[in-house]
Amino acid sequence: MTQEARELSYAIAIREAMGLAMEADPTVFLMGEDVGVYGGAFQVSGDLIDRFGPERVIETPIAELGGAGLCVGAAMNGMKPIFEIQFSDFATLALDQIVNQAAKARFMLGGEVSVPLVVRMPAGSGTGAAAQHSQSLEAWFAHVPGLKVVQPSTPYEAKGMLLAALEDPDPVMVFEHKLLYKMVGEVPEGYYTVPLDKAKVVREGKDLTIVASSIMVHKALEAAEKLTEEGLDIEVIDLRIARPMDKQTIIESVKKTSRLMCVHEAVKTLGIGAEISAMICESEAFDYLDAPIVRLGGTENPIPYNPELEKASVPQVPGIIEAARDLAKGVR
Amino acid sequence: MATEVILPKVDMDMETGKITQWFVKDGDTVSVGDVIFEIETDKAAMEVDSPASGIIRDIIGKEGEDTPIGVPVAWIFAEGEDYISQVGGASSASSSSDAAVPEVAEEAVPQSADNPVLDEPSGSVSVKGVRATPLARRMAREHGVDLASVTGSGPKGRIRKRDVLAALEAKPAAVTAEPASAEAAPVAPAARDMAAVDARTRSLFEPDSFEEVAHDNMRRTIAERLQESKQTVPHFYVSVEVELDALLALRKQMNAESDAFKISVNDMMIKAWALALRDVPDANVSWTQTHTLKHKHVDVGVAVSIPGGLITPIVRSAETKSLSVISAEMKDLAARAKERKLKPAEYNGGTTAISNMGMMGVSSFAAIVNPPHSTILAVAAAQERIVPKNGEASIVTMMTVTLSVDHRTVDGALCAEVLNAFKRYVERPMLMVI
Amino acid sequence: MARNGHAADKGEVAANVPFVFQHYSRDELLDVLYKMYVIRRFEEGAENSYMRGLIHGTMHLSIGQEAVATGAIMTLQENDQIMSNHRGHGHCVAFGADVNRMFAEFFGKVTGYCKGRGGSMHIADFKSGNLGANGIVGGGIPIAVGAAFAVKSKKEEKVVLCFFGDGANNEGAFHEAVNMAALWKLPIVFLCENNGYGLSVSVARASSVPNISDRAKGYGIPGVTVDGNCVSDVAEAVSEAVERARSGEGPSIVECKTYRHRGHSKSDRNRYRTKEEIDDWIKNRDPIDRFEMELKQHGFGSDEVFEELRQRASATIDGAIEFAKNSESPSIADVSQYVYTEQAQ
Repeated sequence: MTQEARELSYAIAIREAMGLAMEADPTVFLMGEDVGVYGGAFQVSGDLIDRFGPERVIETPIAELGGAGLCVGAAMNGMKPIFEIQFSDFATLALDQIVNQAAKARFMLGGEVSVPLVVRMPAGSGTGAAAQHSQSLEAWFAHVPGLKVVQPSTPYEAKGMLLAALEDPDPVMVFEHKLLYKMVGEVPEGYYTVPLDKAKVVREGKDLTIVASSIMVHKALEAAEKLTEEGLDIEVIDLRIARPMDKQTIIESVKKTSRLMCVHEAVKTLGIGAEISAMICESEAFDYLDAPIVRLGGTENPIPYNPELEKASVPQVPGIIEAARDLAKGVR
Repeated sequence: MATEVILPKVDMDMETGKITQWFVKDGDTVSVGDVIFEIETDKAAMEVDSPASGIIRDIIGKEGEDTPIGVPVAWIFAEGEDYISQVGGASSASSSSDAAVPEVAEEAVPQSADNPVLDEPSGSVSVKGVRATPLARRMAREHGVDLASVTGSGPKGRIRKRDVLAALEAKPAAVTAEPASAEAAPVAPAARDMAAVDARTRSLFEPDSFEEVAHDNMRRTIAERLQESKQTVPHFYVSVEVELDALLALRKQMNAESDAFKISVNDMMIKAWALALRDVPDANVSWTQTHTLKHKHVDVGVAVSIPGGLITPIVRSAETKSLSVISAEMKDLAARAKERKLKPAEYNGGTTAISNMGMMGVSSFAAIVNPPHSTILAVAAAQERIVPKNGEASIVTMMTVTLSVDHRTVDGALCAEVLNAFKRYVERPMLMVI
Repeated sequence: MARNGHAADKGEVAANVPFVFQHYSRDELLDVLYKMYVIRRFEEGAENSYMRGLIHGTMHLSIGQEAVATGAIMTLQENDQIMSNHRGHGHCVAFGADVNRMFAEFFGKVTGYCKGRGGSMHIADFKSGNLGANGIVGGGIPIAVGAAFAVKSKKEEKVVLCFFGDGANNEGAFHEAVNMAALWKLPIVFLCENNGYGLSVSVARASSVPNISDRAKGYGIPGVTVDGNCVSDVAEAVSEAVERARSGEGPSIVECKTYRHRGHSKSDRNRYRTKEEIDDWIKNRDPIDRFEMELKQHGFGSDEVFEELRQRASATIDGAIEFAKNSESPSIADVSQYVYTEQAQ
């Protein structure tokens, strides 16, 4: 297959990945609420129903727990389900099946069975959907051994990581940021995978390392670009995978820059930034730190409806610039 | 074969149980399901049923005693079965429960082998309390830099990589000859050197030839502050001789006017010095890293000798105060200083200081500037001298004053100017009171 | 090929002859009785080992419910699957599990079904079609529906028999899963083993309907309630539901009313039911006594035959306990094994 670059939106890239997987493997199916003729709440599944029919693109009743459980059972029995939860917030309704069943089945049964389940979820704020449709809950799931948790940040990653998730024998939770669905970027044609254990240095620099996830990668890049005007040379790492976390890439970067900042949309307290920061303090990179580690994350409140409040609840570019400048210049 | 009656595990975390009551006695006939005894755990009491039908014998489980779970407490013999005492016998049950004990015990042993013992970070003694980044600490450790001697440029004085680099370039003296290896440097260079110096000091004297007096806080404070001043403030010294006769005459005249006050020479020195600094305000200053603070009032610290040390209470805005007010204030401050009852606000700060050893007969001396002051005036004793005046030898009362100056803020010419202003007030004391 | 032989022609129905005596041979039925003995001895052995402190965790005993497990599973065919629940030892034994490996699992040994990682509540044997027990009440039901979905997707002939208790029928997972199974006509039988209590709360105090099978109406599927202590009644009802599922007509609910002689788990103090009630079920309604009697009535067995089977069952369980005791414990260094398929933390 050709690997020529062309531009696709994040949503279409995901759809392309699902289509490729379903073409290649008859055991792959997509299940979720409104994924059929409606094309998915965020139009990700689109025309897949026309291409693969209602037996492989299956609209469920509004029953997240039952649907998740069905996919767990199917996954244990030779199928490769893609379960779309309409909003990642609704994963709370399916927690038993994800956390108690899918994540633990292999362990509890002494390695007798794998659960090759992929759960896809639109996550994050910015759409005015308020507190129950805007959360970033990836840290919840990243706390559970047995799950893998990924957050693609570009159309390229969205396609390649979804295909990798479908190749993976274990349950993978894919958090897709709603505001990224329309983002356009280069996506190679044909089948390729992005490994599920590697973070990516998306911008090299020497003054400061910013580890960002999902949409924050773009905000961090924008901040880094602005700060070149002030002579600062900032390294940006796309975390890509919250579990299993690629510690080495972050450690190497911190050893180089001596300064670390973590940026994520999820609430700051007990978030993935806390894990990264603790991990660095436990690692050999600690002795290379020349300033305290800084975390930027969501404020300590549910996501509000009012657009100004909503924006203020998650890190934005000016705040990242300010924090990065202070950290790189030694004011912090 | 007789059926064992065991003390059953009835709770998840139960290891022993206590039989509170037997409901049957040796030789009783029991049926399956009959309640035969009651046990108590830390949570509740529970009845235990008979596991078999027959005659219960050899009841060895005692009421009120803690018994391990799984241990036989009695045996039930089926009807017609020959009685063979089971007590102390090698029944399969007791051996199997014995076998289980070490298994459980093993599990309870915490696994610590994988936890590496954390090395005590080298250099921790001297760098404790020093604010430094991990990188700066590591570099200091590797290059043998004493962080206590490095000035931090970061927020809150935090020492960073660049500060250690600067220390390495600028002050090779702060660096020990060999980099401290991680294992061999439990005590950092500075602390180690201090201890060595102390030991050497003691070794210079016969063991019983001195008494050791531990430093109190005042001694420590004096030592630290003056050491810091001498090490960081570039001092220079300028002396001038002043005639005192006019001042002494005025003093006598004033004190004769009223019993309400008794003006001392020292009070007049304070006033004269305050007025001099008022007239030459560029000398009434404090040094900071970025700015010189020019003070609008002259707050004169006056060194007061007290048992075990000295303290410097402050006469605030002395240039505005009359001699009688200054006199009354000094009496009160000195008295309370000797009782160590001054409030910190009464001795912290000040814009200059006076140290007067005139009453102790010294002919001249130089004092150490006490930051944030830029000056300190050392006043020696008044002495009658034969001085040529208008071609004749006349007897004049003279006094030497020496001004110690922080050269960062006050230069030589300015120093001369302010000393001359002082001399003028002392020699023409009426200027002080008009 | 039926798991316990083949169902004989259903054409030649003799009046008043129970279902199993019409469709199963003497040997097949004695094997069912043997399995009931094994279950009973297994549970007693487990209880005894627990009381002696040889077993670390708790367990849920199914003494008194043997007819449900054996009666239901005897109707299955070779490739059919079962989903068990927390009170699942009987299901495993009836499904043909190796009691040595079951006991080894209780003892937390590497020779156990889950290599000592799962314990009593997670015994599974995927290769044989046993999808496993579950520690979450109702947790297995959607998973069983998923298995049935896989069967349908792959156009296989299998049926999934999903055991659950009366407590699980009030969980949301039950309703979501049964609805989907009915909606998509999946090959599954929901078998409610109603033993009267969800821990301490009786069915009457927990469910809005007198019979759990009444729930079936809400999903437009058949629901039937039978005497769960009668092997034949259980087998007859399950057999019909299995055939319906296999022929593509979708799921059914079969409710088997039974009783657990022991407490909910080993920490149960039985405060919510009377000794009279328990004694009545033990003395007058024991499923093994009843099946023995029926076998005798039909000339399929005698006390001597039964005693021999009982001895064999006891010996099997004694051997299993010995096997478990003598097996190796897992190495602590391997504690994180089996978390991921490709272990690469």
